[in-house]
This record gives sequence, structure tokens and C-alpha cells, in this order.
Amino acid sequence: MKTSLSWLREYVALPADLTAERLDQALTNLGMEVESIVDQAATIQGDLVVGRVLTIEELTGFKKPIRFCTVDVGREAPQEIVCGARNFAEGDLVVVILPGGELPGGFKIGARKTYGRNSNGMICSARELGISDEHEGIIVLPAQAGAPGVDARPVVGLDDVLVEVEITPDRGYEMSVRGIARELATHFGVSYTDPAAIEHKKGTADVPYAVTVEDTVGCDRFSARVVRGIDPAAKSPEWMQRRLLQAGIRTISLPVDITNYLMLELGQPMHVFDLQRISGGLVVRRAHPGEKLTTLDGVARVLDAEDMVICDETGPISLAAVMGGETSEWQQGTVDVLLEAAHWDPVMVGRTARRHKLFSEAAKRWERGVDPQLTLASLERAVAILTEHAGGTPDERVLDLDHVAPPAAIHLPADLPSRIIGLPYAQDRIAELLTAVGCTVAGSDVVPPSWRPDLLTPIDLVEEVARLGGYNDIPSVLPPTGASNGLTPAQRRRRSVGRALAENGYVEVLSYPFVAPGSADQLGLPDGDPRRSAVRLTNPLSEEEPLLRTSLIGPLLGTLKRNLGRGHRDVALFETGTVFLPHLAETAPPVLGVDRRPTDEEWAQANTIVPEQPWHLAAVLSGDVEPAGWWGQGRAATWADAIEAARVAISAAGVPDARVTVRAAEQAPWHPGRCAAIVVDGTVVGHAGELHPAVVSTLELPKRTSAMELDLDALPDAQVVDAVHISTFPPALIDVALVLDATVPAEEVRTALAEGAGSLLESVALFDVYESAQVGEGKRSLAYKLTFRAPDRTLTSEETIAARDAAVTLASSRFGATLRGA
Amino acid sequence: MSYRNDPYDPKQAVLLSPESLEAAVADAEKAFAQAADLDALVALKPAHLGDRSPVSLARREIGSLPPAAKSDAGKRVNIARQAVQGAYDARQAELEADRAARVLVEERVDVTLPWNRRPRGARHPLTTLMDHMGDLFVGMGYDIVDGPQLELEWANFDALNIGPDNPVRGASDTFFVDVPGLVMRTHTSPGQVRTMLSRKPPIRVVSPGRAYRTDELDATHTPVFHQIEGLVIDEGITMAHLRGTLDHFAKAMFGPDARTRWRPHYFPFTEPSAEFDVWFAQHRDGPRWVEWGGCGMVNPRVLTACGIDPATYSGFAFGMGVERTLMFRNGVSDMHDMVEGDVRFTTNFGMES
Repeated sequence: MKTSLSWLREYVALPADLTAERLDQALTNLGMEVESIVDQAATIQGDLVVGRVLTIEELTGFKKPIRFCTVDVGREAPQEIVCGARNFAEGDLVVVILPGGELPGGFKIGARKTYGRNSNGMICSARELGISDEHEGIIVLPAQAGAPGVDARPVVGLDDVLVEVEITPDRGYEMSVRGIARELATHFGVSYTDPAAIEHKKGTADVPYAVTVEDTVGCDRFSARVVRGIDPAAKSPEWMQRRLLQAGIRTISLPVDITNYLMLELGQPMHVFDLQRISGGLVVRRAHPGEKLTTLDGVARVLDAEDMVICDETGPISLAAVMGGETSEWQQGTVDVLLEAAHWDPVMVGRTARRHKLFSEAAKRWERGVDPQLTLASLERAVAILTEHAGGTPDERVLDLDHVAPPAAIHLPADLPSRIIGLPYAQDRIAELLTAVGCTVAGSDVVPPSWRPDLLTPIDLVEEVARLGGYNDIPSVLPPTGASNGLTPAQRRRRSVGRALAENGYVEVLSYPFVAPGSADQLGLPDGDPRRSAVRLTNPLSEEEPLLRTSLIGPLLGTLKRNLGRGHRDVALFETGTVFLPHLAETAPPVLGVDRRPTDEEWAQANTIVPEQPWHLAAVLSGDVEPAGWWGQGRAATWADAIEAARVAISAAGVPDARVTVRAAEQAPWHPGRCAAIVVDGTVVGHAGELHPAVVSTLELPKRTSAMELDLDALPDAQVVDAVHISTFPPALIDVALVLDATVPAEEVRTALAEGAGSLLESVALFDVYESAQVGEGKRSLAYKLTFRAPDRTLTSEETIAARDAAVTLASSRFGATLRGA
Repeated sequence: MSYRNDPYDPKQAVLLSPESLEAAVADAEKAFAQAADLDALVALKPAHLGDRSPVSLARREIGSLPPAAKSDAGKRVNIARQAVQGAYDARQAELEADRAARVLVEERVDVTLPWNRRPRGARHPLTTLMDHMGDLFVGMGYDIVDGPQLELEWANFDALNIGPDNPVRGASDTFFVDVPGLVMRTHTSPGQVRTMLSRKPPIRVVSPGRAYRTDELDATHTPVFHQIEGLVIDEGITMAHLRGTLDHFAKAMFGPDARTRWRPHYFPFTEPSAEFDVWFAQHRDGPRWVEWGGCGMVNPRVLTACGIDPATYSGFAFGMGVERTLMFRNGVSDMHDMVEGDVRFTTNFGMES
């Protein structure tokens, strides 16, 4: 909403010395977002003065006629100025900007040679000054406008302050000078004149034009008046043009400008029909589905059964409340007009505006709510202004089909404002504030004014009390402290895991979860892989990435590539985030209302359509994990680092190593021979290893790029850890080297040794893996260091050897392992 | 006394003379002092303290002396021997100290050599900032709650008094999916709806997390962003409590000068509603008010839809953008940096933001 301070001042007695800062603060504290407050005087820099044209010399021989003028600008010598306009004569007063000045838009004025003459400044048109669209000639001031040399800004109305505010969607009444002025009057405690509180004609039994409203829900009021015989050439007065321009509205014609002007001033959108272009009575009704109407913007529209239309005997002539039609509208030469002011259902208008993408100034107001009691006053003003400037004869008859329900009283418990705001409000203070916004207060019954359809419930009134009482007067008090349960196990787990990976060299990223349909193919996911079943956005930002991720790895590899593309070579990334796993069976959810809590059954049933969205953890790495340096060689990232990242994460999640096992697996997008399933308590929680060479090639990633992904929600909650007994007796260390088939996983050998060694075993560690001809074809030697210790005594060598033998025996029986060198 | 029966050569008794012993001591002291290192010193030991050293030979002469002279001579020899040993020990200590000092010099290294053999990673500043914010609220007695990001439309809109005709429910603001009734949550508030449905008051929760709106990525917008929202419901909760909470949170985040300023605003889910600014003294362009978030008293319609009786309970809610907070707090000027995952951006923050 754009308007000017001078317009507001017509209806509110604002302090004469009101500064822009105070105005800004007042509007802000009233709940309007101030977009700008512009002092128009400052939009033109330098000397803008009244000048009197002394001589005019017509220059010929150019493409267009040019005048060389001398102008008295109150200085010793007349100013020489070249001008292309022709609508002035010697002796006229004009507006001159002198060299050094600057017009809106950064147009700097200097002294220059043009058309063979010196031109020192410029004689200005209204458009050049930014005060109207008028540019057919320069401004010729009235004879009494002022002496040559005086500041021309006040003379042409450039002494105003323009105000632009954003109105919240609940306050339609603020979309008008009437509403903003009322708010400012309340804020400053100054007097207010309601521009709609004027004497006006009432509806008459005999109407100026026959109108039937078939749907009084969509249109609960329809008023109209007729004026005949206006001067079709009459122009809008300059002050009206200026205010429309200031509000950002194009001037069109006097009748249309009047409706726009009154919409800005009162908040009542109106419409002008050409009486001679409509025939038969008007009918206001819902559109028939598929009915057609060409609106003023030239678009042929197919109407919906919810749209409201105004029809004459030819059919729809106007898309009600939103935009008129081409065939009935005022046009050049119209002499008889029907002025319409109605009241439309805001929900209907909102839907129609969105359906047809017609967000007109009128629609914006209807959607936010318009005062239904404005129609007759608006028509009265419209008729008065129209006849004043264009003559014509108003029809004495007034149409007014009024089905408006009066606002209902709201019961406001006396203690409610204090109870919600936390600041004591006496009942008379509450009444005072509510009366100031137009409410009628009788005890605890409050009847809101007709322009406040947003006031429906007690809490709406509490908001008015708080707002007008001043938000910033509300004290700052900490509420009683609650009893927090701290972080949940899942929240602690996510934090610990993130911190552990960061400390282990991985950099966290937060990728968008949007993926391309081709991503599943790029990652080599087989047909039927559950990760191929993804939720699809129906309105994605990019048509190329409409799916929601079912794995973190795809987007994470994208981020890896971006980093590689920016010249990073050694990159290790991780992400914790949710994936979206749709349910295969979907039933329509129950429709839940808002007038009560859904029952537990309804809620549970509604949630059956919500996809599982478990938190995953993924890491990708390529290049060196340990860089080369002055200390020597670096170490390239491998499958083993990816598996270790999984172990680090699971350990950080509080799951003891003893519950974690790793086994070979074949799972896309990993290399089938270099992929590990990560198993906790017998359940696969994720995979890690080197990416499949085909994936690496397709995605143009560096060779040996490795990755890991875990389902964090599948990890068990961290449990209370039992302390171990620390034996103070010395350990007994024995190394064993076992020769067995190279295909036997080391993890299983370790498990067998640990199982066989029994309770005296403290730890078992693999320290060498050796393959050679000496060991045998297809065989390898695994060397383990076994540490034995008893809790209560120093072990004898016999005990230790017996335990070692038991360990080896089990490994032998399970895998045919033989003791190397034995 | 008869010299004939005595095999002792009386000429050698001269070794026991005070002059001889003093000379032996002086010789030893001089030799030890000239020993350049411990090896040289050890090599001198036999000559001055060994069996054939002057003091040892002198001790042997004592037996040849008349009994009356033995005592004096014995004392002299002992004194001399102790002097030689003392000189040796002193020199040894000196040389050992020298050697220890020299080892320290020889073992000197350049401690400024880099040692980033195991580079550290980093946590994303949005994560650490959300953790930090969440911790402050846990300290104020709140629980942290979360909910699905692909959410029931009812929980994201209807329950929050965002009616079917509200324009934000259109495809130009909200992401819809191929499952009717679901949307990508446009704020973290549906998590609060779920909390109200599953808990009874008193309720004190914050919900940090991801939300989605159909804004194209540019310097100040991202379709995927993070919020932290708070909800408190109890008997007797007021706007004053809301203000106290936000002021305290602002101070905890930004220091003792921080405070909030409210502007009346409209949100469907709260009434009265406000937008709030925070006084941010550390702003890189100087202290100023910075737009921070929205807040208000939970609309009774929301409480009703979530099964909480508005006649008994009242509550407040607030929310702020985490990206926005990071932008003014840490001077991030372009949203792309938070989104693109360039390791230089994140590594700069390390483990905290």
C-alpha cells in the first residue's frame, strides 16, 4: 500500500513536526511493515525554480521544431534554455531545473551546447519530475504560482512524503488511507475524520438499473448508481493524477481514476460500466462451469463454478470482484455510466484470483476483507467527483441490495487480556483501546466495527489490546523452569557420531535431498532394489531432480565432485541426514478436522502414509587420507578407511566393538570384492568399502573412491557400560602364525581364536598377513599376538600354552588352520 | 734401629713427604682439569688413583716408617688421596653436566615444521549452531524434539490454523509429492503439533531442523533451510514470559547487551503475533537491530486442534532461521557457501561455530 503523508493528513491531525523516523516507528509499532518513507523534495537535487519565459525563438532546420528561450529565473541575467516542447508562450510561468541539479532516475542537468545554442538547464514536464505521467509538453504554472526564482517544489506538489507499507493479510482495512489514518490517530492520540462518514443517499425502491443477486453468499451487497451525459473528454484533476501516480496506479480516464482513487482512500473497490454497452437486467451469480469471459487484460478465460460473475442478457460481462470484461467496461467516449460498489465473499475472491492468477489491487483488498458498509458512501463520493469534473446528471435512484449480516458480539472475559499478555489491563483501559479501533464495548460484550471482519474471537480482541497498548511495554519475565529430559539417545548418537567423524578427518556437508531419476542407474542399483522406490516431488525446483533421496551417497558424491572440481584432491566428507522411504501400500488418509484433537486411531491411520525417514550417516573419501609431506609418503584412501569410518561412528554411538562384526558383502554401489556389511548384534546396519569401478567411471570420480553408509536409527541405544575388572597381574604374551586358505576371512579366524582361548584371553591382535609360495598356493599366513592374563594370579607357562593350544585347535578344526613352523 | 735387617729402601720414604704428596695432588688436579671429556678423564684415573699412582705408592711406604711416624704419615696420605678423588669426582660431574647440556643442544629440532599427517575434519556450522542453540534451551528446561520432514499436510498446515485457502499452501510456496496429503514441511512447527498430540502440558520443547520452501537458491534464499522453533504450554503462560525467554536466549547467544524488539505481525498459528529484532552489538558493520524471527501466543484454535484446552492452558511459540542467524552472527554473506559443501567453508569453522 502506497500513499502520501498529505493524503493521510486530510483525515488525521498528525503533529506538524512529524519526522520520517517517528512515522516509521508509529507504523511499525502498529503492525505495518514500512517498505519506504520518501521525502519527495529530496528526489530532485539542486535548484528547481519557477521561471518566467521572456522570449521564444523558433529554431528551424532540425527534425522537429525546437525553441530557444530566455527565462527569468530570478537571477541577474535571463537563463538561456533550449526546449523541445511547444505548449507555452512568452510570459508563461514554467518549472526550471538549473545546471548542477539532478532529476529522479539520476538524470544530471548541466550547461551544454545543443541545436547550436547554449542551454543552461531544462524546462520540465510533469513526468520528468516524477509527479505524473503527463509528458505532452512542459508544465505551465498558473499565473499566480510564484515569483521567478522561488523554489518550485511546493508549487508542483513535490513537498510531499511518500509512504509505502506492507499490510499483513488479516488487516484489509489498512489497505486504505481511511484505515491507516485511523490507526495513526489512535497511535498519536489525535483527532480523526472518517472519510466515509458523509451524508449519502440511501437505497431507493425504484432502482436506476435492474439487478438480481442470485447468490447472496458470494455477494452479500450490491449497490449502484447511474450518471448520464458526462463529458467523455473530461480529464482527471491534477491532484488525483498525482495521488494515483504516487500510489503506483496508472491514470486511465476520469471515471476509472475516480474508482481507483476511492479504492485507495476508502478501501472500496468499484467498477464502472458503460450503460449503453450493457443490455437487459444484470444478474449476479456463480459462473457455469466452462463459461467463457474475456477480461479487460484481453485474456479469454474459462470460468469455474466457484467464480462469481456479473451478467447481462448476453452472458457474463465481468469476473466479479477481480476484473471487468471487455464488452461492458467504460471506454473512450462513454457518456452514461453505471457505478457499481458491491461486497464480495473474501474466500471466493481469493480462490478466483489464484485460479485465474489475477492478483489485482481490488482482489488483494477483497481477500483481506472490505468494510461492507462502504458502498453507498463510496458511490456518493464517486458521483460527486464525477459530476464536478465531467458534468452529467446523476440518476436520483439508488440500487442497494443489502444482505450483510451485522457483526456478532464477542464475549471478552475481563481478565483475558491480562492473563495472555502478562501485564495488568484494567477493564476501562481495555474498553478505551477497543473503542479507539471502532468497537462498541458494553461490559464484556464487544461488537467489532464493520471494517474489522478479522475480529471474531476473544483472542482477536486481546491482540488489539496488546498491540495498541504497545508490545514493547510488555515486561520481560522468565517463565518457571521446566524439567528437561536432556537429549534423547538418538540425538546424543547423532552428535557423537558427527563429532567423531570430524575428528577423524571428515568434513560435514548438508546436501539437498533432491536426486535425479538416473542416479539409481549411475549407482548401479539392481532392479527391485528398494532404494529405487522414491517419493517424487510434483513441483520440483529442477525437473532434473524430482526425487527424494533414499540414500545419502548420491548427493554426497555430487558434493565430492564439486570439491574436486574446485581443485581439492584429498577430500573426505560425511553427512548425517534423513532418507525418504515410501510405503509400498498407501491408503488415503482420513480427513482430519481442526475443531478437536484427532483420536489416537485417526492419528495413527493418518500417519500410515508418512514415509519412513530414518537418519542415515554416509561418508565418501578420495585422494590421500594422510598427505605426503616432509616426513615422507602419503597414504591413499582405501576401502579399509571407509570400513574404519563405520567402526568409528558405531563406537562413537556407544556400541561396544564386541557387538560389531564385519563381513564380506555384495551391495551396489560398492565393488563386489571390496564391500563390507557392517553388522551389529547380527543385524546389517550398513555397508562400506570401495565403490564399484563402473560407478567410479560413470560418475567420473577418482579411482578407488570409497564410501560408507549406515542407518543410524538401526543402531542400538548406548547402554550403561559395565566396568571391567583390571587385573594387576602380569600378562603372558604368545604369538601364533596360522596357515589357512586365503579365502577364510580374518574376522572369523579372530573370532575362533578368541572363542577357543577361553576366559584367560585378554586380547587378540592380527599383526601380520603373509602370502608366498612357501606358505602355499591359495594359502596365507595370519600372525596373531595373544595376550593372556588371569584376574587373580600370575599365569604359569603351562596354563598359557594350554590356552594357546585350545585357541589354535578351534581354528584348526574350523578352518583347517595349521600352526606355521610347527 | 738396624737398616740391615730391613728390606725397605729408606730412599723411597721420600714419597711420604708432605711436599711429595702435595705435588701428587697438584699433578692430579691439573691433569683432571685438562681432561676434555669423560673418556679422557677415565683414562687419567689409573695414573692418579690406581695402584701405581703416587698416593697409592705412598700409602705402601707407611709400613716402613717407625711406629711413631706412622700415624702422621697415614693421615697425610689419606688427606692427599681424598683430595685427588675429590678433584676427580668434581671434574666428572662437570663433564657429565657438559655432556647433558650438549645432548640437549644436539637434539634441538625445528618445532615449526608442519605435522598435519592426519588432517582434522570439521562440522558444518549450521549443525554446531543448532546444537549450541538446542543446548541453551535444554539448560532452560526444554526438550529437543524432531519430526518427519516429509510431513502430513494436516500437521504442517491445518492444525496450525493455516486454512485450505491460505496462499502459502500453493505450489508456488510449498513442495508437494506424489502422495496426496503429504508436503515437505515448510517449517519445523509440525514437530510441535506432534508434541502436543503426544504429551500433556506442561510442554517445553524446541525443534531445530530442516524445512523446505520453493525458493530458488540465491545469495539470501535456499529451498532447503533450517529453523529452530520453541513451544511452551502451561497454565499461566504470558507474552511477558515469551519476552523474557527471547531476551534471555538473545543474551546467551550474543552477550549481555543483546535484547529483543517486537513488531506486531500476523501469523495464523499465534495470536497475538510479533516479529522480533535482536540488538546485535558485534555486527561487522557496527551495532544494530537485526531481524531475527517471529513469535506469539499459541492461537487457541491450534491448541484445540491438538487436544489442549485453551480455557486452562496458554502457551507461546517462537522461531528463527538458523541460516539467517549464521549470516549475521558469523558474517556469512552468501547462502551458496552454506549449501555447496565446499570444504574450505566448513573447515574454517572447525568443531564449533
